[in-house]
Amino acid sequence: MALSVRIIPCLDVTDGRVVKGVNFTNLVDAGDPVEMASLYDVEGADELTFLDISASSSGRETTLDIVRKTAEQVFIPLTVGGGIRSVSDVDKLLRAGADKVSINTSAIARPELIAEIADRFGSQVLVISVDARRARTESGFEVTTHGGRESTGVDALSWVEKACALGVGEILLNSMDADGTRAGYDIGMITAVRSVAQVPLIASGGAGALSDFAAALDAGADALLAASVFHFGTHRIGDVKAYLAKHNYSVRNVLAT
Amino acid sequence: MIAILDYGSGNLRSAERAFATTGQEVVLTSDPVIALEADGLVVPGVGAFSSCMNGINAVNGVSIVRERLKKERPVLGICIGMQIMFSQGTENSQGEPFKGIGIWNGVVDRLNAPILPHMGWNTVEADPNSVLLKGIEEEAFYFVHSYAAKSSAGKKQSWSFYGERFLAVVEDGYVCSTQFHPEKSGTAGLKLIRNWVDSL
Repeated sequence: MALSVRIIPCLDVTDGRVVKGVNFTNLVDAGDPVEMASLYDVEGADELTFLDISASSSGRETTLDIVRKTAEQVFIPLTVGGGIRSVSDVDKLLRAGADKVSINTSAIARPELIAEIADRFGSQVLVISVDARRARTESGFEVTTHGGRESTGVDALSWVEKACALGVGEILLNSMDADGTRAGYDIGMITAVRSVAQVPLIASGGAGALSDFAAALDAGADALLAASVFHFGTHRIGDVKAYLAKHNYSVRNVLAT
Repeated sequence: MIAILDYGSGNLRSAERAFATTGQEVVLTSDPVIALEADGLVVPGVGAFSSCMNGINAVNGVSIVRERLKKERPVLGICIGMQIMFSQGTENSQGEPFKGIGIWNGVVDRLNAPILPHMGWNTVEADPNSVLLKGIEEEAFYFVHSYAAKSSAGKKQSWSFYGERFLAVVEDGYVCSTQFHPEKSGTAGLKLIRNWVDSL
């Protein structure tokens, strides 16, 4: 018996459509989120993540509807992030059918939000999304907000330690330098965050070659998130799992219906 | 008819839809009469052991579960809904453990593992006579928890391992429970739900 590595496709959603661009700009339409969620489920995704990048409140309402429709037909864990500012935002998403929520900017602005959500719903629902890049902070990694456009000056490792102490259940570490490049995960960053985190770590940003996934696991990631390589068909989820299984990582095989 | 005990917020929608795939009518309810009379009662659970018990107590859940078992009516606990079937839980307790419903004697205690929660897909060592795991003995299921029961309880036990051995499924006559989330365990989880519904 062994815990399997989780492969998590991430769907960036705005106004009801999945989009994905390089370094969070040049958004390209990539498909219908509910259809894509079902497809990834059948292909063996171990979890799904929706990141709501809508700027408007009507866009957020659309996302709630997408979560509802997805939860009706997809029976694997679903994490939703983007624009969550309060306990009541979390409540709405969980009631719509999300299992976990990820928060980022709002927690940096007001860290107590982490404890408020964890106290109400338990740590297991809360993922802290850390958009980090290499910079001249103490650890050499800095937290950014607004999809990497804004610098916070906050050291990424100190932030992870603080978030863990406040009660997050999981860390989604997104390298803003590697995001969308398909040049590989930022291995140094994963190693550094792993050394201070006692909760599961999801690596994100930069997945390209199949060997990139294995390298992130070797650096200490428990789960691997990717978007563009899956959306545009560079790799199927089954390809990643077959590669990892061949290299002796534990992966889940999907039960045929 | 399947009743899912609604005693607070959380994702009950997935559970509702997953149980509905069996073709049974499914209701989310905190009404004690419906919860008592349903063919099967599901006790879900999110959050900490003590907050879960507070929620259960607020809807008189302890009496509902006990009364159902007295009347030989099936109950299925999921995740923290499994944990609170035990007599004690240590999560967030400073001294004395918190009291559970106490169907089984035992303590739900923190897993001894370097990274918690135990989050993700893991396999189980199925009891050879397991009804719930029939046909899916080799499959992986989705777990999210930091605490677990580590000593034997009930008639049939299926175990899993994360840092140490712990109970993944207990089947004990009319009361069964799973530490993992069958409603989040894809096709394998839906099969387990089907197995339970077929046994009602």
